[in-house]
Amino acid sequence: MLRDITIGQYFPKDSLLHRLDPRVKIVLTLCYIIMLFAASNPIGLIIGIVFLAVAYGVSGIPAAMILKSLKPVTPVIIFTAALNMFFIAGDPIWSFWKIQITVQGLWTAVVMSIRILCLIAGTSLLTYTTSPIALTDGIEQLLDPLKRFHLPVHELAMMMTIALRFIPTLIEETDKIIAAQKARGADMESGGLIQRAKALIPILIPLFVSAFRRADELALAMECRCYRGGEGRTRMRRLKIQGRDIICCIITGFCIAAVIVVNLMAPHLIPM
Amino acid sequence: MLAIKTEGLTYTYSVGTPFEKTAVDHINLEIEQGEFVGVIGHTGSGKSTLIQHFNGLLKPTSGRVLIHGTDLWAKDTDRRAFRFKVGLVFQYPEYQLFEETVYKDIAFGPVNMGLSAEQVDQQVREAAAFVGLREEILQKSPFELSGGQKRRVAIAGVLAMNPDILILDEPTAGLDPKGREKVLGEIKAYHKKRGNTVLLVSHSMEDIARYAHKVLVLNRAGVMMYDDTAAVFSRAEEIWKGGLSVPQVTRIFSLLREQGFPVNESVYTMDFAVQEILRLLGKEASHA
Amino acid sequence: MGKEIIEAQNVVFGYPLEGGRKSPVLRDVSLSVAEGSFIAVLGHNGSGKSTFAKHFNGILTPDSGTVTVCGIDTAQEDRLYDIRRQAGMVFQNPDNQIVATIVEEDVAFGPENLGLLPDEIRRRVDKALTAVGMAEYMHHAPHQLSGGQKQRVAIAGVIAMTPRCIILDEPTAMLDPQGRREVMEAIKKLNQEQGITIILITHYMEEAAQADRVVVMNDGRILLDGTPREVFSHVQELKDVGLDVPQATELCWRLRQEGCNLPEGILTEEECAQALAQLLEVGPHACH
Repeated sequence: MLRDITIGQYFPKDSLLHRLDPRVKIVLTLCYIIMLFAASNPIGLIIGIVFLAVAYGVSGIPAAMILKSLKPVTPVIIFTAALNMFFIAGDPIWSFWKIQITVQGLWTAVVMSIRILCLIAGTSLLTYTTSPIALTDGIEQLLDPLKRFHLPVHELAMMMTIALRFIPTLIEETDKIIAAQKARGADMESGGLIQRAKALIPILIPLFVSAFRRADELALAMECRCYRGGEGRTRMRRLKIQGRDIICCIITGFCIAAVIVVNLMAPHLIPM
Repeated sequence: MLAIKTEGLTYTYSVGTPFEKTAVDHINLEIEQGEFVGVIGHTGSGKSTLIQHFNGLLKPTSGRVLIHGTDLWAKDTDRRAFRFKVGLVFQYPEYQLFEETVYKDIAFGPVNMGLSAEQVDQQVREAAAFVGLREEILQKSPFELSGGQKRRVAIAGVLAMNPDILILDEPTAGLDPKGREKVLGEIKAYHKKRGNTVLLVSHSMEDIARYAHKVLVLNRAGVMMYDDTAAVFSRAEEIWKGGLSVPQVTRIFSLLREQGFPVNESVYTMDFAVQEILRLLGKEASHA
Repeated sequence: MGKEIIEAQNVVFGYPLEGGRKSPVLRDVSLSVAEGSFIAVLGHNGSGKSTFAKHFNGILTPDSGTVTVCGIDTAQEDRLYDIRRQAGMVFQNPDNQIVATIVEEDVAFGPENLGLLPDEIRRRVDKALTAVGMAEYMHHAPHQLSGGQKQRVAIAGVIAMTPRCIILDEPTAMLDPQGRREVMEAIKKLNQEQGITIILITHYMEEAAQADRVVVMNDGRILLDGTPREVFSHVQELKDVGLDVPQATELCWRLRQEGCNLPEGILTEEECAQALAQLLEVGPHACH
């Protein structure tokens, strides 16, 4: 049933990572991604993996959740790995007919796979430990300087909030409409592609009509509560950088520095 | 003949998650063909879950559902055919209208049944007439109509399938008194003419008291009572304690009984109440 | 009391139709609302009651006539926000007026729009949630709440702006009996404890009976205006315009038609039972 889907990936807990300022978490996640792509030798990659493992350990997110987040990207990883393995020129270690695998190809495949896996697991950690609303708040405040360039930062954040608010409502509604149309004999399980697409009409039209009605009513309710856009608006929750945020920034900084140093010190570890 | 029979019907939502909840718990029920049954129970008592088992929308976690003696989930049962035999009108059904015209929307069910064009036309027109929709409305867009009219179009969409069993989940929710009366009157007339089985789910005890012959009271995922309307309302005290209301007249008469007046135990409609007082006063009602 | 918080004079309003004409909805309506009072506005769908309510915080402005809220003419567009922070509005569908994904964030929405300081917003949010009995749910997501709870969150969102008046447009129409009771309790408490003026648009008579004053609208005009007792003694007129009266009131009225000697203006079941007990003690002579 549709309503069993959890919204966002937030995994409520009370760990150090959960309590970090969302802005700091977003920035650190970006830094971590840069670190992954900067790491080009085995020691650097190991640092990246250990860093992530420690972060997961601190967050208290069960290991099963990591696998859950990696599952959808498995085909992508296999595809990239295969591409790298077979099509990078270099010293062959195995060949058959026109296909050959090179040392360089194999190495690149391994590196790319580790990078993608860590990237997905790392960004999932951000969404596991940060509620959607905190994430929206964080993004809004980080993008705040862009207001000067007339980017509608507040409006974008409000749109995200409303979307998050109404996703569960619309899912429930979709469930109800599907049940109601099935009760009138709508057949959604059989037939070819075109027939199945057609069978969606009795669901999509009521859903859109309802979404527009809701939008209309919500707009009126917001106006009645004196909403006039971001101007002159204050927020109840203020985000504050605290000691733990600074400590986490410093640790991440050291890790990045270590990766760069390792890259410079031990270039010979890369088979090129 | 039994229209609906359930044996140990149990349904659990979200099995194996922290949200696991048994909404319907070992329900055994027998509803005769041609009965007009009122279904009451507060939110979360399992009403909506129960009725979605009667047309096979939900599959029991355990137990059986038999419609006219056929087990819905037996291997060789064509469940889709039962969607047409058991018509289900959901709460706020007007939100599922989608066609360009009222006519086409009402015809959606009959067309899905695979009826001939003439038969579809006949059933659509009959259903529209039952809910008091005039001919000229049939070619209008359903989205142009008033709230009460939309509701009636949606109900007609189910009536047009000519179901042997008609189930309505709070068909009067959100309507004003006039609209409520109209919709309930139309359902009653339909029942009288067709002699089919009607299950009316409602929060309004007054409405159930007025229209239903039998009342099914659900409480905490189980059946609390299933009996004739008079018998159910004579146990007003228990219903009251189960967190449900009873019609105001019923409460007035329980108060009178507490004060020692020999009033009938199961007064639940206005007409009956008036007659009962007049009887005690030794007087005949001037009009019924 | 004595001071008028809302003053509507000779309000005429129509929604524009194609071809420049207007469909008249309000035809010359005047009403003054005393500060601190609790007024129920009754009427069937299409009687103009919701349209009238939308004039009380400047969503609509009259075609002719004037509406003054807290001394400000609603036609002054530049003062719209001053009006809206004084006169809050709660709508029928609780889902479509909650903006944020967390209860406390939603209640903060109004005060945030007013540009208050974070500490003051926090204080108001806590106070508002306590006032409607929803403080323990402040970290919940709206979709985890029942209808009655959502509607109370919506009310908290309005009172966090510290209005002098709240207009509720059929706030209970989509709720179950339990939710209706919760919302009514919250409204009455705000009126009694904080002196907030309440204007409740409804078609439930039992709710209107709890107000200090009832205004009945029909066809864009005010038909009856008075205390619940006065208004509900006009049983026939109410029935004529498609409204119900409480069953206690109707029972006494029906018996009076039969010649029984019963007082007018009975609203509750206790009053009714007592009157009937007296009637039965007197015996057959009580009727002629």
